[in-house]
Amino acid sequence: MGQPITQDQGVAGPPPQAALAMVFETIGQWVMRTINNLGAVTIFLLKALVLIFGRKQFAAIIQQIHIIGVKTVNIVALVGFFTGMVMGLQLYYTLVKYGSAGVLGSAVALSLIRELGPVLTAIMITARAGSSMTAEIGIQRNSEQIDALYTMRIDPVGYLISPKIAASLISFPILTALFDLIGIFGGYVSGCVIMGVNSGSYFYRVTSSVLLEDVTGGFIKAIVFALIVSTICCYQGYFTHMRTDSYGARSVSLSTTSAVVLSCVSILVADYAVTALLM
Amino acid sequence: MTHPLIEFRDVHKTLGSTYVLRGTNLKIPKGEITTIIGKSGTGKSVFFKHVIGLLSPDRGDIICDGKPMSEMTRHEIYDWRGKFSYMFQNMALFDSMTIFENVALPLAQGTNLPKDEITKRAHERLRQLDLEGIDHKYPSELSGGMQKRVAMARALVTDPEIILFDEPTTGLDPIRKNAVHSMISEYQSKFGFTVMLISHEIPDVFLITQQLAMLDEGHIIFQGPPEEIQNVDNTMIHEFITGLQSPQDELTGMDTVTQGKQHYNQAMAQLKEGQAAFSIVVLTLEGMDKINDALGHVKGQTILKNFSSDVKPHLREGDSCSRHDLNQLMVVLHNAGEDDTRRFCFDLAQRLKAEHILNGISEEVDTLNVSAGFAEAPMDASIDEVLASAESREATFLEFSIK
Repeated sequence: MGQPITQDQGVAGPPPQAALAMVFETIGQWVMRTINNLGAVTIFLLKALVLIFGRKQFAAIIQQIHIIGVKTVNIVALVGFFTGMVMGLQLYYTLVKYGSAGVLGSAVALSLIRELGPVLTAIMITARAGSSMTAEIGIQRNSEQIDALYTMRIDPVGYLISPKIAASLISFPILTALFDLIGIFGGYVSGCVIMGVNSGSYFYRVTSSVLLEDVTGGFIKAIVFALIVSTICCYQGYFTHMRTDSYGARSVSLSTTSAVVLSCVSILVADYAVTALLM
Repeated sequence: MTHPLIEFRDVHKTLGSTYVLRGTNLKIPKGEITTIIGKSGTGKSVFFKHVIGLLSPDRGDIICDGKPMSEMTRHEIYDWRGKFSYMFQNMALFDSMTIFENVALPLAQGTNLPKDEITKRAHERLRQLDLEGIDHKYPSELSGGMQKRVAMARALVTDPEIILFDEPTTGLDPIRKNAVHSMISEYQSKFGFTVMLISHEIPDVFLITQQLAMLDEGHIIFQGPPEEIQNVDNTMIHEFITGLQSPQDELTGMDTVTQGKQHYNQAMAQLKEGQAAFSIVVLTLEGMDKINDALGHVKGQTILKNFSSDVKPHLREGDSCSRHDLNQLMVVLHNAGEDDTRRFCFDLAQRLKAEHILNGISEEVDTLNVSAGFAEAPMDASIDEVLASAESREATFLEFSIK
């Protein structure tokens, strides 16, 4: 004899149509939120770019170049040098199997200038300067310093964000160039000094194989990464108070984490997109 | 009748899940000090942020000098904001900038003044607020009280038309608290700007405010002159005011204004019962504006405190002395007719010592003037009538200088 179906058993889960509606609702909300965020980020970036040309920006931009650019030189140089050394070593062992150790200079220089230089430099700047941008702006937001600027009729985007974006646009390509140069030198140290590749051959290959398009492509990537990193980091800090998952110091902490993660992922995605466009 | 400078008309605002303003109506007159009081968390700061446009109402409107904010263009709102300065409750100082940079920022970024002029104005405000010599320090290196004064210097440096002070005296000692009140009052009367003030300093703030508004659960439940709030027949308002009142005036150590009125009423009741006459003496420390300008408001208040301390031992047993105004004390002399009161004042003039009053003041002070007016209280006369009589020029029988 069958047991009667109780009401509890009957409401164990939503009916299939309702579950399907819930899935679409969730997807729809995610899409709407993403579109909204993209729109907000775009407006934020455009406003910041326009305000770069406002009055009294020169000194602020120079100051930010010092913070974002000059203070990152050491770490970029260090990472560039060891990246170049690793490249020199790895490529030497690969090329020597085919008796092509002489093209080591080309391999190191092109890898660095086209790909590794812009990407690793951007990631280094994100880690060092991007995270501090988010934290600084986030704290300013939470302690009402941004509201205070507003009450003084000082546009917070123009005053706080524009100099950082301008300084990033200037610093990223220069630091990328530095990374490339030091990386090539690192490749020389490991390939020529340690492994014994002819140094004349190394530098000849570097100068003969690297074309202007390679350098330009690297700089274009650096500029795109500068826009992405500075915008994401500043945006996350500026709107830290809008987070729904946390408040106060925790919101600054989470915004900083989000800024770094999003920037790194965006750098790699954008790298592919720009490479595909340039090829 | 002129229209108010700012008018809230049925303003509603919800923040997150909190319904903060629930149909707030308030008129802010031009050129006066309006103080907003109310329990913590009733939306006073939210109210302020609507005034300056940091928040906008969900419903209702704010009328800015006759024009609804909802109909104002972006340019008009920008111009409107240019009339304001806002001193935040938590100061909102830029913690990565020096004190000088903080104070100079509104001028450096918001005006085209030459650098020398900006430096001069910023230093002038720092000096007026007794903040000299800390130009290169950072906010975190200062005490909370000093940070308050830096925030105030930054709010005043642009010579705004309207200043919003969000609890400017919280956490300050009595002298500095009174110095801030004195400064707000003096500058307001000197420059004529409109002040909106959030304060819990009851009754001290009554001495400087022309209009009081009490915000409770998103509604304005009282609006009027401060002396009227004492007589409002509302238990909640009464309990709130009584609960915040300190047992004595913190600066002078004398009774508060309210207690002074109570002493007067008791003396009047005794007079009606057939007891001897009593009189009121109003002691005024003259030239406070000059003292404040020359020495700063903090030292001005120190002098007032010393003055009160020096008066106190010379009171007769049973007499009461209370704070009457920013620079005035009121003495109720029991069993004192005209001759007794005159003698009291002459004695006082003899006994007050400059070295006591200037204790802690290293600067040279030429002359201190104290005026004393008195009046015998006629039967059934109100305190205001007797005070007016005592303060009138004719009744000021004695002015004495302390050298």
